[in-house]
Amino acid sequence: MAITTMIGAKIHRREDPRLVSGEGHYVDDFTRPHTLHLAVVRSPHAHARVRSIDITQASKAAGVVAIYTHKDFAKVLSGTIPVTPSFVAEKNQIPPHFPIADKEVVYQGEPVAVVLAESKYGAADAASLIDVDYEQLPAVMDLEKALDAKSPKVHSGAADNLGWDLTYIPDDVAVMKEADVVIKQRILQQRLAPTPMEPRGVLAEYSRGDGTLTVWMSSQNPHFVRLFLAGAMGLPETRVRVISPDVGGGFGSKISPYSEDWLVPAAAKLSGRPVKWIETRTESLQTTTHGRGMIFDLEAGVKKDGTLVALKVIQYMDIGAYMGTFSAFQANSCLLSGGAYNWKHIGARTVGVLTNRVPTDPYRGAGRPEATHLCERMIDLLADAIKMDPAAIRRKNFITDFPHTSHFGLIYDSGAYEKALEKALQMAGYEKLRKEQEEGRKKGRYLGIGLSSWIEICGFGPSAGTAPATGGIALVEAAQVRVFPTGSVAVYVGTHSHGQGHDTTFPQIVADTLGVPYDMVELHHGDTAEGPAFGYGTYGSRSLAVGGMAVHKASKKVVDKARKLAAHIFEAAEEDVVFEQGQFYVKGSPDKRKALGEIAFASFGMNLPEGMEQSLEAVAYYDPSNFVFPFGTHIAIVEVDPETGNADLKRYVAVDDCGNIINPMIVDGQVQGGIAQGIAQALYEEVAYDDESGQMKTATLTDYLVPTANEFPMFELDHTITPSPTNELGVKGIGEAGTIAASAAVINAIVDALSPFGIKHIDMPASPDRIWKQIQTARGTSHDGKEARR
Amino acid sequence: MKHKVATTVNGHPQEHEVEPRLLLVHYLRDVVGLTGTHIGCDTSQCGACTILVDGKAVKSCTMFAVQAEGKNLTTIEGLAHDGQLHPLQQAFWDEHGLQCGYCTPGFIMAAAYLLAQNPNPTDDDIRKGLEGNLCRCTGYVNIIKSVKSAAAMMGGATEKAGERAAAAKRS
Ligand code: FES
Ligand code: FES
Repeated sequence: MAITTMIGAKIHRREDPRLVSGEGHYVDDFTRPHTLHLAVVRSPHAHARVRSIDITQASKAAGVVAIYTHKDFAKVLSGTIPVTPSFVAEKNQIPPHFPIADKEVVYQGEPVAVVLAESKYGAADAASLIDVDYEQLPAVMDLEKALDAKSPKVHSGAADNLGWDLTYIPDDVAVMKEADVVIKQRILQQRLAPTPMEPRGVLAEYSRGDGTLTVWMSSQNPHFVRLFLAGAMGLPETRVRVISPDVGGGFGSKISPYSEDWLVPAAAKLSGRPVKWIETRTESLQTTTHGRGMIFDLEAGVKKDGTLVALKVIQYMDIGAYMGTFSAFQANSCLLSGGAYNWKHIGARTVGVLTNRVPTDPYRGAGRPEATHLCERMIDLLADAIKMDPAAIRRKNFITDFPHTSHFGLIYDSGAYEKALEKALQMAGYEKLRKEQEEGRKKGRYLGIGLSSWIEICGFGPSAGTAPATGGIALVEAAQVRVFPTGSVAVYVGTHSHGQGHDTTFPQIVADTLGVPYDMVELHHGDTAEGPAFGYGTYGSRSLAVGGMAVHKASKKVVDKARKLAAHIFEAAEEDVVFEQGQFYVKGSPDKRKALGEIAFASFGMNLPEGMEQSLEAVAYYDPSNFVFPFGTHIAIVEVDPETGNADLKRYVAVDDCGNIINPMIVDGQVQGGIAQGIAQALYEEVAYDDESGQMKTATLTDYLVPTANEFPMFELDHTITPSPTNELGVKGIGEAGTIAASAAVINAIVDALSPFGIKHIDMPASPDRIWKQIQTARGTSHDGKEARR
Repeated sequence: MKHKVATTVNGHPQEHEVEPRLLLVHYLRDVVGLTGTHIGCDTSQCGACTILVDGKAVKSCTMFAVQAEGKNLTTIEGLAHDGQLHPLQQAFWDEHGLQCGYCTPGFIMAAAYLLAQNPNPTDDDIRKGLEGNLCRCTGYVNIIKSVKSAAAMMGGATEKAGERAAAAKRS
């Protein structure tokens, strides 16, 4: 038994002293001698034919070294940007996506040319001198119209705009008929821009001498980039090194490969000089993949006593102009649409639609916030219809037996949904709040209380579930643990922290498993030249439940070898050797002990058992037996001012259960950040396009409303702990929980506040303008305050 | 055409020839070589580039390098003294006021100015004082706590400082 003093402890982050000192190293902080700066010329149109590209003026500009277009890149790049083939089996079309446009551009911001210059200002100057002659084509912007046979096509010459159409489970009219009340509702999920504070960036150096490529980039997923890039550039993986240094946030937007991830290395190869490109914020908002962008058509039925009967879900997903690498993953909204509840039947269908917008791909939660939002909204609508308290209807229908096999065949590993709900209700003072609400209404004050009892699926994932979905690579995780002669321990992992604190939490796990001091353990990640052959990156709240387990497993292999060696040194049978608190001794003689560090030193010597090799090091690949399913209940308390339409978020209570906790401080930080992003969706953020021209209207942070510190109260957090039976550490994931839960809690609270007006639903963002208009409509006055004509 | 610009950065005199249009943030990062000051936008919204110019918080992407002529500039690299973290740096560490750390230098510099103006701010003072800075990771909760805790360390607030002193005595 190892000591368990580090796991569960609030250890301050090891990475912080350098980050607070300005000593972090993000991709833009790296430079190579003779680096050229790359600027991208992008399509100003959502859809157009490229008639010609005139580079005469630009090539004469000072400091310009090269200008490359499609034909140049076609010489050094092959294939197209990969798409995971079978998250959805019945694909209709996957438009081929070469990283730079040739004859046709299909979204605003699509690259058409690049300029390489001696300085970044020079590159930007010259880019503006490139004259591209476009013939504008009609832009397909509306999901429903896009499906019409007569609609213009996103890609000229395509048969239609359908990306996929898959029915997971057909709906069952007979079961729906068993309900006393059936509610139909359309729920919108606006497009969101992930907006990590550090934009994307790539620096690439190609050595012609030995044909090696080194790429520094801001990525959640360096090993996959290496795999894809090696393929595209025709290089063996052994000659491609991807280094993802400190990453300034990702939130899903730095998982998939992008055009520039190909163009910058290819430009380095073409020019023979290191090349650097750092995304501007406008480029980030326009071209980094967006999240959400969905319409849900829903129908749900309930019995008068509050028993849930049936749910029917149709998800229309705006894929954008190309299919994002992990785009289809977001169809998981269907799989989790039933939430934490028992339904007699769930029918679900997902329809992916191509449009002339930038592709959508995972953004924090990626399908699960949408699932929670639709489910928790429908629960509230049903509760309202049968005049049942929102807490009571949840309590009545929670799944209580685990493991639970869902309608979609997912096995929920563990849960105690009611416990989390009760704790949250108690923290919020639910009964008292309801009284205040009633009192307030008499005085014309509109208080709203919104519940969100969320669940999610994370820990991607078991090989059986993930290898088919990625086209062959199982999303397991790898770790290597090396013990040096003096007992220092280096750990190499394939996950990659971009703010989650792995430098701290993974050594906590290793310190306990090996029984060595925490300070002797050091984590390495983000460099494909180090550690195991492959790594799988950080996304989908997988790092701890999969990566942490790989680290634990590799550490245990080290202990096993050390035990064999200890037995040899003690001249005892292996079964008689006890490992306790980092020390080995023979049963019955606990006075004669050897620490793991001493065994490590011995492991480099000559006195080893027959056949044992020197050193204590181990590689482990961990393939989880199942996904994990965290859960919890969040409660938002808002007050809406009907005169201005402003929804003031007064309090926010969250009780989350992510199984065992390695570092409570980091868990709370993850929850807080996640909640903020969920609230941001509920109240502020929306990527808006002009529906006619396809121009993005929110391409700066002046227009795209990332909230400031002013917009949030202090969140009130607590936990329940229901260990996961899926892994030995008993852990689940927490990175996305806050976002998954929050939008539903806030919108439910606003609708609750507005219920005296007869308002049943409001879409996001619930801006003052939108709320005010809805109140006016409900009051029977038109938006300019005059009596509505009815 | 290049212009001469002479500044003092973190106490060290600097003299360079720069393009007149060079932004101060690029001067600091690319010319002086101090990369702790970050860039997060192109419209002066995010505050990642915040530094102190003659003691005042300024978004260094809103100034040209030549406008800094003769000025005293302090960046995140200049806050610690004798290997001792500045109380704000220490507090951000203690209170988990950062995750990815990209916004952090800007927040710390903006907070340094805030505390210079108001040594004992309320939560709302802090929110207002930092509204020019964006953080996408933390939800701001721990940033507010960090600034409060730094204020206490710096002797602004009495209550928490007292607690700390008592704790220090115990250990
Ligand atoms: S870089 Fe965003 S405000 Fe200066
Ligand atoms: S810590 Fe990542 S943006 Fe603030």
